[in-house]
Amino acid sequence: MTLHLAVALDGAGWHPAAWRESPADVFSPAHWAGLLAEAERGLLDLVTIEDALGLQSTLPDGPDDRTDQVRGRFDAVLLAARLAPLTTRIGLVPTATTTHTEPFHVAIGIATLDHVSGGRAGWRPQVSPRASEAAHFGRREFPPLDQVLNRPGGADLSADPHVRDLFAEAADAVEVARRLWDSWEDDAEIRDVATGRFLDRGKLHYADFAGRFFSVKGPSITPRPPQGQPVVAALAHARLPYEFAARAADVVLVTPHSAGQARAIVEEVRALSPDLKIFADLLVFLDEDGQAARRRKARLDELDGAELASDAAIFTGTPAELAEVLLEWRRTGIEGFRLRPGALPHDLFRITRGLTAELRRRGAFRHAYEAATLRGLLGLPRPAGRYAETAP
Amino acid sequence: MTRRRVHLAAHFPGVNNTTVWADPRSGSQIAFSSFAHLARTAERGGFDFFFLAEGLRLRELKGRIHDLDVAGRPESLTVLSALAAVTDRLGLAGTVNATFNEPYELARRLATLDHLSGGRAGWNVVTTSDAFTGANFRRGGFLDHADRYERAAEFVRLARRLWDSWEPDAVAADREAGVFVRPGSIGEVEHRGRHFSIRGRFTLPRSPQGRPVIIQAGDSDEGREFAAAEADVVFSRHGGLAEGKAFYADVKARLARYGRKPHQLKIMPAATYALGDTEAEAAENAAVIRRQQVSPQTAIAFLEQVWGRDLSGHDPDGPFPAVEPDLSSDLSQGRVAIKDRAGVAARWRALAEEKKLSIRELVIEVTGRQTFVGTPQSVARQIDEHVQAGAADGFILVPHLTPGGLDDFVDRVVPLLRERGAVRAGYTGTTLREHLELE
Repeated sequence: MTLHLAVALDGAGWHPAAWRESPADVFSPAHWAGLLAEAERGLLDLVTIEDALGLQSTLPDGPDDRTDQVRGRFDAVLLAARLAPLTTRIGLVPTATTTHTEPFHVAIGIATLDHVSGGRAGWRPQVSPRASEAAHFGRREFPPLDQVLNRPGGADLSADPHVRDLFAEAADAVEVARRLWDSWEDDAEIRDVATGRFLDRGKLHYADFAGRFFSVKGPSITPRPPQGQPVVAALAHARLPYEFAARAADVVLVTPHSAGQARAIVEEVRALSPDLKIFADLLVFLDEDGQAARRRKARLDELDGAELASDAAIFTGTPAELAEVLLEWRRTGIEGFRLRPGALPHDLFRITRGLTAELRRRGAFRHAYEAATLRGLLGLPRPAGRYAETAP
Repeated sequence: MTRRRVHLAAHFPGVNNTTVWADPRSGSQIAFSSFAHLARTAERGGFDFFFLAEGLRLRELKGRIHDLDVAGRPESLTVLSALAAVTDRLGLAGTVNATFNEPYELARRLATLDHLSGGRAGWNVVTTSDAFTGANFRRGGFLDHADRYERAAEFVRLARRLWDSWEPDAVAADREAGVFVRPGSIGEVEHRGRHFSIRGRFTLPRSPQGRPVIIQAGDSDEGREFAAAEADVVFSRHGGLAEGKAFYADVKARLARYGRKPHQLKIMPAATYALGDTEAEAAENAAVIRRQQVSPQTAIAFLEQVWGRDLSGHDPDGPFPAVEPDLSSDLSQGRVAIKDRAGVAARWRALAEEKKLSIRELVIEVTGRQTFVGTPQSVARQIDEHVQAGAADGFILVPHLTPGGLDDFVDRVVPLLRERGAVRAGYTGTTLREHLELE
């Protein structure tokens, strides 16, 4: 069985000082087009694109005044759509928050991404717990995240009622999206000249969702997307987000720091869901010479004035060494990896050329794209619409 | 007098009975290839922009989803972003409802589109008070009509502040000095208003156009005033010469109040067209299109919207119904409401009796709006004359076929407009603002 490989794209890379050594112009479409072309050349399953409704910051909540790191970011769904016509096989998974957005807009945006990409869309739903982001909307008052973190037991955000509500809302948002994606049956458009009907309205369905946070009537205005339902991938570090992922997602992105942790997380997630695809995140610095990778990271740490901190494990070394780690973790039940390149495009190239070659040599990665849709690449079936009457 | 330049834009044929789906040449209104074809055709014609309408709930008639016209469309800004990859110069404008969006998020999406297209983004600002559409949103339907333009104006002004909040040279990206953004160059935006209260910093540098082009499409007094104050383009319904001149004069006269010059607001009515090698053939083609647009079932549905009654028992090819309208009932939801239904019904009845029209013939007669019918030469002349006469600055063409509905126009009419010197020979700028000569 081959493993799945995703790359997480953000700015000039995941090291906050990466832009200092990168030729990347993060506000140029050409930068992104180049990264996508390279990822597709490497036959990766998908790329994710980071996003948030607030500026990047080193603080838990609110903007800092640092001027030495990348600040500013495109709307990820629109960026993914801009890149879709330039690629043909790779999955496109933008991040979009569930907290301040309208679930209807997000659902039709992702469905549209699936239409324009011919079935390659996904969505990484994300909660926005920050008070500073809530202030951009002025509709809700959130406690400052610093305060939440300082509450008793605050290190585990899952325990906080504010955070629990955000995840409950996120679950509702994904449920609404899935109902809207199903709200048109695949063959609802009939163009029946004899009766003058463009649609068979019997194949359109109201979503009729009413929950604690919002209600949505439906049906969607966008016909059912090519994949039926685009792929939902959720990043999760603790019990509450695991539960969210088990309920709402097709893929969970977890952050073990060792094979032992990977095994424990797989057990915990599997107890919640037998079907969820489990990917592990790793932040990587790769060079043909492992020393070079370590020196590069140290240089960037020095430029940034702090050692890189991440929720995910940080790997520095050669593509061959990374391949060994991935194969070891795969034995614990991890089915794929989302690699966060420390610096772009440098570490992406080492993934798409070096790492994929090492994995192929070990029979653990594809030689050609075997499917035209993201679901197909991930081995996920195309779901039947929930409202469609099954033939007797 | 110097010649006025004719501006042209293209509307993607969407959810209207003017879009003919029963024609064998009619393709998908969802497939990206349809959008790409129409946009590339418009770009080949040197058009200023490509325009997408929006609907946020499927329309209903008699409590059921309306099934006669094209239904279903993608999310506007997502499609426009994808089109930015397959076009180079064409402006990309979409309708996005300000009632069911928040300024921070929408300003960010529009700025993203402007960056991703190299300065080609346009936003047609609409608002609604419609609880029917609101049933799909957190906000629900809550606005009084009087508040709609006030909210829209506050929305647009706030979006502008967000777009302007980064200094033009904020992004230094100076690798040697380690300065990505210049100190103090990302401004704080704080706004306390009647409709919005927000505070924070925007997440994008100034976009290539500074601010995307603002389009407006309302016709009421408040709508005209809003356009004069805030818009760059007015999408009007007044395609005829006399009404066009009156509207044009009225709206342009309002600009001075806001310290603006006439050229800073372009008035572009929606226009349809039918071509033929001879005038007679064009008229015949126009009649064929009209019959395709008003099927027998569509004719009855039109009447039901005005009558407020189920008229399904009537023969569309038969005489006009004797029954009077029920003005206490409205069978249609999700469409622009028909004002003065009693008056409309009376006029239609009188016309049907006078000209001895069947139901379908009557609906074809009263809903027709083929603005330009004729040979390519005569259509080019008519368009140019409207602009030279001060009835419009140009037109937003609404083809009836997806995706090939603009092919004939670009192949046959545009060269003649170029010969007359009415339109540019090609793009001279890169941004939508430059195409529209707004600055």
